[in-house]
Amino acid sequence: MTRRAVITGLGLLAPSGSTPDEHWATVQEGRSRLAPISAFDATRYPTRLAGEVRVPDLASLIEGRLAVQTDRWTWLALLGTEYALADAGLDLAELDPYDLSVVLASSSGGNAFGQRELQRLWSGPTRTVGAYQSIAWFYAASVGQVSIRYQAKGPSNVLLSESAGGLDSLAHAARLIRRGVPVVLAGGMEAPLSPYALACQLRSGRLNPATAPERAYQPFDTAAAGYVPGEGGVIFVVEELEAARRRGARQLYGEILGAAATHDAAHTGWAPAANHGYYAAALRLALERAGRSPDDVDLVIPDAVGLAAPDRDEAAALGEVFGGRPVPVSTHKPLVGRMYQGGSALDVATALLAIRRRTMPASVVPADPAPGCALNFVAGGSAARLDTALIGARGFDGYNSALLLGSVRPARPESEAA
Amino acid sequence: MTGPAASRRVVVTGIGVVAPGGVDRKAFWSCLTEGRTATRRISLFDPAGFRSQVAAECDFDPLRAGLSHQQVNRSDRYSQLALVAAQEAVLDSGFEPDEQAALRTGVVMGSAVGATTRLENEYVVVSESGRDWLVDAGYGSNFLYQALVPSSLAADLAVEFGAHGPVQVVSTGCTSGIDAIGLGYQLVQDGEAEVMLAGASDAPISPVTLASFDAIRATTPDNDDPAHASRPFDRDRTGFVLGEGAAVLVLEELEHARRRGARIYCEVAGYAARSNGYHMTGLRKDGLEMSLAIGQAMAEAQLNPDEISYISAHGSGTVQNDRHETAAFKRALGEQAYRVPISSIKSMIGHSLGAIGALEMAACALAIDADAVPPTANWANRDAECDLDYVPNTARQLPVRSALSVGSGFGGFQSAMIFRELTELAR
Repeated sequence: MTRRAVITGLGLLAPSGSTPDEHWATVQEGRSRLAPISAFDATRYPTRLAGEVRVPDLASLIEGRLAVQTDRWTWLALLGTEYALADAGLDLAELDPYDLSVVLASSSGGNAFGQRELQRLWSGPTRTVGAYQSIAWFYAASVGQVSIRYQAKGPSNVLLSESAGGLDSLAHAARLIRRGVPVVLAGGMEAPLSPYALACQLRSGRLNPATAPERAYQPFDTAAAGYVPGEGGVIFVVEELEAARRRGARQLYGEILGAAATHDAAHTGWAPAANHGYYAAALRLALERAGRSPDDVDLVIPDAVGLAAPDRDEAAALGEVFGGRPVPVSTHKPLVGRMYQGGSALDVATALLAIRRRTMPASVVPADPAPGCALNFVAGGSAARLDTALIGARGFDGYNSALLLGSVRPARPESEAA
Repeated sequence: MTGPAASRRVVVTGIGVVAPGGVDRKAFWSCLTEGRTATRRISLFDPAGFRSQVAAECDFDPLRAGLSHQQVNRSDRYSQLALVAAQEAVLDSGFEPDEQAALRTGVVMGSAVGATTRLENEYVVVSESGRDWLVDAGYGSNFLYQALVPSSLAADLAVEFGAHGPVQVVSTGCTSGIDAIGLGYQLVQDGEAEVMLAGASDAPISPVTLASFDAIRATTPDNDDPAHASRPFDRDRTGFVLGEGAAVLVLEELEHARRRGARIYCEVAGYAARSNGYHMTGLRKDGLEMSLAIGQAMAEAQLNPDEISYISAHGSGTVQNDRHETAAFKRALGEQAYRVPISSIKSMIGHSLGAIGALEMAACALAIDADAVPPTANWANRDAECDLDYVPNTARQLPVRSALSVGSGFGGFQSAMIFRELTELAR
């Protein structure tokens, strides 16, 4: 029998909030969390707005020595893990360390830390960097630190598929659970706001120069002109269903029903004009693997990158998968910025909260939908049926991922906290 | 904890390599079996002023290797190495995906540090050699974003070969190569793909990487005799020698390979990973987690310790690693650890971080193919705590039915993978 993967805990750190409730309120109120970058003086950069995690003095929440040895990106991962385990009510003392894995996605590494060390190397009198550069900047740093701090000794992984990996990490978590691992910490976390990392992002030509938050990220709109970056993401506790039930998990947010990934095999910017076929294939494959049909989907959370051609492609892919049916679509990325891997992870959290609350997440609705992009953007509000949500995510240079989430249909009553 | 009953078997049908000492598969194997070392004083930039000034560099010219000017402009050296290795692997496999097969063909590439060299070179420009904290984005390369996000590596390969299936970059430090091939193997096993290009690439020979390893004294300070600087398992070893390179394997579902009459090098028989949860760079002397990974990989392969013909060691040439690893072999294999030939090709081609795991898997496939195992070069003096058979200095002819390779990475990652001769035995 297939072992089923369910999500039992959320550790959310995003511009929209530091708890699931705060995030949900931001989404439902449609309140923009974009603001001038505070991490450094960005006034001379063409893009000055971003979504930042609003936890004051984040470093003080990390044990002193560890805070010095790691980048803000890793602080977010450590704190997110703490929140996720607390939310899941998982007592690690009762878990065999080899039964716990960590699979996180990020699009880049410990950016600010790396830039400081590069500056020391190139402007200082000696050709040296500090002792922690070798463990703080590289892409595996956060997973390594989480595995040490939480004694997660099962098979772990680090996935780097730009913005699609938040979904890929959950797909891999489900793969590990099918293969026998009982508990996986999964998700995506990002800290892309250092001067050099912003410079790199600007060269993609996809960032929006607007200085008014309401104009900075307008997916599916005729005014779409790119996105602004966001930081943060979500760490999830993913468990094998029966084990979660046996320990009386406080909540079962939802089940990973199916997942798929495809690739355009075309570089971003050089893609043919109509290039939605492989993205549509990923969406269909995720449904197929879950044994569901497009008609079963109650909510779609799209990638919503906020650029004319990819937005049009995405709308076309949804049209191809859902035919004429106006499937409800919701995106809150314009409120928080594009958080890369953390953004696709945040979309998963939103879908899980929506399913749990039987309430549609209010979408940011384009004021003037671009041709072909008049999707069924939903207002917040209770839904007659909200069991199944399909999340789509696309990574720079051709990555397409899809994840199908569903409410956990209990074989027997869930042991939920009263 | 056990894996699923695997009905789909996965085989290796193509191998491509760009390595120090040999820029294709045949030259790589010649270098290894002749016991030649490719370590030398760094020529890619002037290493004066660094503690460690030696490395194993690839004699690689991307244009002469067949890449276009556009590819060279777009991609960092690590991606260029990977493209050339992948071309050789695909050619070797004879696999040409049609449109239908393309959706079932994917790419998983490992890399520990991605485009770090280009990120550093570009940083020097936009920051005026570190003068400016608020760097000037306007002076960066048009492909600077591709350098920031290492997802570009697998994307470059997917574009080159028209792979429309699952594509991923795996980055688990110095186990990235094994873990990338491991993920590719699982994707084929689970039926998410029929064919995967799987491997790893790193081109980390740059000032910031040198300085990073200098700072923790992980690399060798033996600058006077570069050819003999990498001495895994030798009593007098002094740290690892940085390297660069790429290897890509074509992994394929067995029946798919048979239907098209492909040449089969070997079968991917087992893969497992554990983390030590101990320290980002430190290793406990007991080798426990590495031994658990080995044990799980052997269980998946249904092999006993006496059925392992050869071990490709992590063998980085740091005191800590060599002792940790030796302890892990003894713990996992018992008395058999003293009988199985073990070698470290890092003695010849250095330690190319994430790439080396894929290079070592390529060496394992070639060892099975050639019934020969490469030596550990530069071995002269026995360390009391490293008392196994490290195949000193000279390659050995022997029947290689199965080969185990292990990796150990910053972050505490411990991975093990087993290749074996394809047999008709039902699993």
